[in-house]
Amino acid sequence: MNWVNVAVQGILLGGLYALFAVGLALVFGVMRLVNLAHGDLGILAAFVTLGLITHAHLGLTWAALLTIVVMFCAGYVLQRGLLNFTLGTDDTRPIVVTFGLAIIIQNTLLLAFSADEQGLEGGRITTASIHLGHQLAIGWYPLLVFIVAVAIIAGLQLFLNRTKMGRAFRATSDDREAAELMGMNNRHIYSLAMAVSLAIVAVAGIALAIRTTFDPTSGSFNLIFAFEAVIIGGIGSIWGTLVGGVILGLAQTLGAQAFGSGWAILCGDVVFLVILALRPRGFFARTVTA
Amino acid sequence: MSILEVRDVDVFYGDFQALFSISFTIEEGQTFAVIGANGAGKSTMLRTIAGLSRPRSGQILFEGEPVDHISAHKRVAMGISMVPEGRRVFPSLSVNENLQVGGYGGRKGDWNLESVYELFALLKPLAKRQAGSLSGGEQQALAIGRALMSNPRLVLLDEVSLGLAPVIIKRIYEAMVELPSRGTTILVVEQDVQHVLTVSDHVACFLEGRISLEGAPAELKSDDITAAYFGM
Repeated sequence: MNWVNVAVQGILLGGLYALFAVGLALVFGVMRLVNLAHGDLGILAAFVTLGLITHAHLGLTWAALLTIVVMFCAGYVLQRGLLNFTLGTDDTRPIVVTFGLAIIIQNTLLLAFSADEQGLEGGRITTASIHLGHQLAIGWYPLLVFIVAVAIIAGLQLFLNRTKMGRAFRATSDDREAAELMGMNNRHIYSLAMAVSLAIVAVAGIALAIRTTFDPTSGSFNLIFAFEAVIIGGIGSIWGTLVGGVILGLAQTLGAQAFGSGWAILCGDVVFLVILALRPRGFFARTVTA
Repeated sequence: MSILEVRDVDVFYGDFQALFSISFTIEEGQTFAVIGANGAGKSTMLRTIAGLSRPRSGQILFEGEPVDHISAHKRVAMGISMVPEGRRVFPSLSVNENLQVGGYGGRKGDWNLESVYELFALLKPLAKRQAGSLSGGEQQALAIGRALMSNPRLVLLDEVSLGLAPVIIKRIYEAMVELPSRGTTILVVEQDVQHVLTVSDHVACFLEGRISLEGAPAELKSDDITAAYFGM
């Protein structure tokens, strides 16, 4: 029974990883941009929320919603003002630039908030749980995060499949130049994709910050988990990130249960490497974000 | 006023000069053909008109307005639409979605999903299929339909018959004859001279980045065309 309990927690943890991963998958799918600052941008969002609560005295809900809007706008400006200029001939340029951006974010956060561990107080929901039988208990909060993750992924997939802008995202992903010939301003479309990506990673960062403590360097770990989830799920697949996140979450919690808590991350990495060796393209690889 | 005027255009790829002071004029409702061998600069000419390449000197006027500093996506909104070489349909999108993407700019006109399916009836049963799974000829019809969805004043067709079965080439040329009656001017680039001469009002032969011969197809002798084409 204890194993079932642990497995359920692993699955729910996967929802959080998927939230970190899906924005990464989106920008890679639309514009082949590998955003190494993705994890740090999520943590930045957590600090923005923290700042809004402590300095502007907003409640958690309003602070979180405002942060998501701020991150959406920041994503648009970041892409339009900086990252668009790195795209084109050389695939390594955006990697170097976003790596630099990650360092800038981490150190700015260190200056502003110190290296102390911080937390966001989520209230009663963080400790409440549903008891199913003697030993099986599902925490309300992890369940809520998982539901939010599924809802966001489903919403994003609907947006890509059903809306005019979603079609434009996919067309640009297929053939940038042909999309331009259809009257699409690629720079605008890329910027919107980054805006959506950062709005989602803001949700992820805030969800993480309520779940556990965080500090200015927490972003890099989450970037690695997000990458692993994207690659397990298959590059370009939006739903694949959920599968990847769940597999990673399961590997970590089951590994911790089997070998002790210090083994959690290593078990996740080993499962990732095994899957990478056996299925290098992941489970649902598509060449595009469809 | 001419719909398109190209004045002394030079285009370079790095140090390599692809076009040497090219000038020509296209009148509204014309079907203007550019013929020439591989590497003569035909595709470069189309890409420059579409805004994908920039002239180093010279000017391009669309309906009397210079468009040299207008980017490709904005030229679509003005009414210039291009069917690129190699078709370049969006492979992961369905046929219907490809056409919808073609209408992204929302220019008003005769062309919509219905009229495109009417022009290329072969596409109708394929509406839900992924464009990447279509045959070359079906993809070419789709690429032309997609370009028409933006209701262009001028449509640029690059090598539409390359590598296609004769039966589909015939259908595409039949469609081409219908376009001028709907107010669309055509600039078509071809290596295959025979077909294109039958549908065009005016032909310009490119040779190594220069125009080697120009005139109405009826007035040109086939020996002169051969000489201009091969540079003999």
